[in-house]
Amino acid sequence: MSTIPVLNASGCLDALAAPDVARALDAFVTKTVTPLSREGNPPPRIAETESGMLNSIGLQNQGIDAFLAQNLPRLAALGAPLWVSVGGFSAADYSELCERLDDRDEVATIELNLSCPNVEEAPETAAELVAAARRGTSKTLYAKLSPATWDIAESARAVADAGADGLSLVNTIRGLAFDPDTGRPKLARGPGGYSGPALRPIAHACVHACAEAVDLPIVGMGGIATGRHANDFVASGAGAVALGTILFSDPWAPARVRSELAESLSPEKRIHSSKQ
Amino acid sequence: MIARRERLAVLACERVGAYSLLRLGRGGLEPGIPGQFFMLEAPGRVLPRPMSLCLAPPGELAFLMEAVGPGTRALCALEPGAEIHVFGPLGNGFDLAVERPLLVAGGIGVAPMPYLADALGGSVRAILGFRSDRHAEAAALVPGAEVVVEPRLVTELLPDDPGDVLACGPEPMLGAVRALVPSAQLAWEAPMACGYGACYGCVVERDGHYVRLCIDGPVLRDAA
Repeated sequence: MSTIPVLNASGCLDALAAPDVARALDAFVTKTVTPLSREGNPPPRIAETESGMLNSIGLQNQGIDAFLAQNLPRLAALGAPLWVSVGGFSAADYSELCERLDDRDEVATIELNLSCPNVEEAPETAAELVAAARRGTSKTLYAKLSPATWDIAESARAVADAGADGLSLVNTIRGLAFDPDTGRPKLARGPGGYSGPALRPIAHACVHACAEAVDLPIVGMGGIATGRHANDFVASGAGAVALGTILFSDPWAPARVRSELAESLSPEKRIHSSKQ
Repeated sequence: MIARRERLAVLACERVGAYSLLRLGRGGLEPGIPGQFFMLEAPGRVLPRPMSLCLAPPGELAFLMEAVGPGTRALCALEPGAEIHVFGPLGNGFDLAVERPLLVAGGIGVAPMPYLADALGGSVRAILGFRSDRHAEAAALVPGAEVVVEPRLVTELLPDDPGDVLACGPEPMLGAVRALVPSAQLAWEAPMACGYGACYGCVVERDGHYVRLCIDGPVLRDAA
């Protein structure tokens, strides 16, 4: 049996629409919750490319009030440990969102979406946003970082110093694809977040760099489709993995990846990470 | 359980005019309600493709497709002996409790009509529109249908008292049908990544809000 927890990547599963899939995970991570409700970006919002997919959903969600009143009790009833992803447009947003979640026992962990490529970014640095979130809660805080940075290890050190308890690596990376028939961008908003197989080596490098730089637990994600891929994240320095794009084509991937991972982690096959 | 996902065997891939009819062994999958859809693995592609069921002969699921991009080209090129993952049935199909059904379809929107006609008892009024005579060969899948070819449009044949309209086709056609028959059941289409509510990619605007076509549709209707 593998001891590597398998989660979903935020925004890649609706546990209320597919509770069986959520229950197959070691923890369920919600789609990002923002202070106010958001309709999200206009369609088309998704496009396939040769080696991945682009999305520009734009954080469509009901906002923190409706989330706490309606969704959280139903999510808690699933029984899987719950991670709530939050995102905002200023440090004050992150602080407020974390305060609102702080006294909710159903919430095991708060993941800070510091890197959505499809909405306007907060003006503060990732570390300033983590510090603001830390002021709002004593819960476990994971910082989700973008791979699109010159030195992600530096970002990791900064968010660790600001009070992050763990890292979620990585978010999608911004990409742009054109429709061959029209010559125009495939997505209504133009660029989107790029995920899937092409992201995987980039994510491995990010996990590896951060694992060398800081002593925080890491959830590795980016293009995992098999246990072999998950194992490569463990070798990179991750202690848990999350499934994203693969859930779109294979909803039953969590159990499959877990069993493949257990097989690849058997003693004679185990690859030791540089941290061990 | 949201739906089953299994590897199904390709039994045949037959030409039907400009389209291809992909016939798969049914495995343990249910055919579902007409208008529901399945996510079909497109060999070599990252994402599966949503397809409504066209025919459900015993032991089979058959999908009518037009090769318009890399995914549908890969699906239309499948040969007997191959296997693909299929996930479904998904979404909300047509409401079959109708007294005077009239099927209206444009182009590849004809895909769910043969299975829908069967479910409604066989001999059902139908109006089908196509962009060429070659595409119109698919009308043979709906015996007795009235057929128009562009520049004529399906809306030209809509009677003043159309009865219960069940329609599938391109957005402009569905919009035109909706304007003439507000009570029509309309099967919409959108690019989809997952088909089960996970990705929020397939939204359409409805009453000022974006709703997910995969779980709130694909069949929608405005008024009863």
